[in-house]
Amino acid sequence: MKQVPALKIDGITIAQSLAIIEYLEETRPTPRLLPQDLKKRAQVRMISDVITSGIQPLQNLSVLKQVGQENQLTWAQKAIRSGFNALEQVLWSTAGKYCVGDEVSMADLCLVPQVANAERFKVDLTPYPTISRINKTLMALEAFQVSHPCRQPDTPPELRA
Amino acid sequence: MQAGKPILYSYFRSSCSWRVRIALALKSIDYETIPINLIKDGGQQFSEEFQALNPMKQVPALKIDGITIAQSLAIIEYLEETRPTPRLLPQDLKKRAQVRMISDVITSGIQPLQNLSVLKQVGQENQLTWAQKAIRSGFNALEQVLWSTAGKYCVGDEVSMADLCLVPQVANAERFKVDLTPYPTISRINKTLMALEAFQVSHPCRQPDTPPELRA
Repeated sequence: MKQVPALKIDGITIAQSLAIIEYLEETRPTPRLLPQDLKKRAQVRMISDVITSGIQPLQNLSVLKQVGQENQLTWAQKAIRSGFNALEQVLWSTAGKYCVGDEVSMADLCLVPQVANAERFKVDLTPYPTISRINKTLMALEAFQVSHPCRQPDTPPELRA
Repeated sequence: MQAGKPILYSYFRSSCSWRVRIALALKSIDYETIPINLIKDGGQQFSEEFQALNPMKQVPALKIDGITIAQSLAIIEYLEETRPTPRLLPQDLKKRAQVRMISDVITSGIQPLQNLSVLKQVGQENQLTWAQKAIRSGFNALEQVLWSTAGKYCVGDEVSMADLCLVPQVANAERFKVDLTPYPTISRINKTLMALEAFQVSHPCRQPDTPPELRA
């Protein structure tokens, strides 16, 4: 696919972030990233897909190249706002402390990076209080901090935390 | 309406809806269709009634077991976990990863870039080129992935969720006049799948909302 991420693990290489995460969940099940309750699992997957199919692909690098530099910001903002409008509503019925109930799930792993994208594209988050609240709660967790773009081996010096 | 029968909100031509229709057919799950026309009346998915049901304002959505699930793969995984026979995900964990990877290539990498709302945004004169580019780009990659995973079907010799994603995307490719000659593996698998009953009964030309002129 000529894309990241790809994970080389257990003798295979897996691409597509959710496929990777589901494999990790099935092979290293603790702590869990998908609830035991089947209906909640469906909600986690639904929210994850809203982000990974409904928002991010429409504002990724290769699409933005195609729309042309003068249109990029508007295009990306539209994709994110449209998706966040819907996501905010979905979260009213699913969210507790996190996207689905009170346990961190795969949906939360999708939310935080998408909020960071929203901020990068200067999308005003005021219309999305639930998304903002959950994002803030998640960003206090160690795993979300150590994995942050500003703390990676390839983070440029000027962006390093 | 029979009490307890799942309800599928579907558009005959929606490739995402077709994926779920195939899953329901393979698992012999009896359901009711409520058609949502994405074009008529400015798009019935924008009605207040439907928006309350699915804030994404998209099809498919499945009302089942007292909940409503949107997003085709989330629906299919729920069906798999609650009605596990016949299986749509292999038992082998590495093959499961391949099935999900191929499914995501299509559902995140190709289809969203050529769906109705994106095509509206790029403008009528650019639509065909845009859609063809998205599909070719995705199929180039997918054809290569399939070299290492495919047997009779996308992953090995059992029908999986990946196959449910493939067939509707090939139909989209045909609709956008993408030449499939560069993708012999995709074409072969598609042909094999289209011989199966579940892929036929769920076809866009055989739905309750199929327009008369397109009906099989």
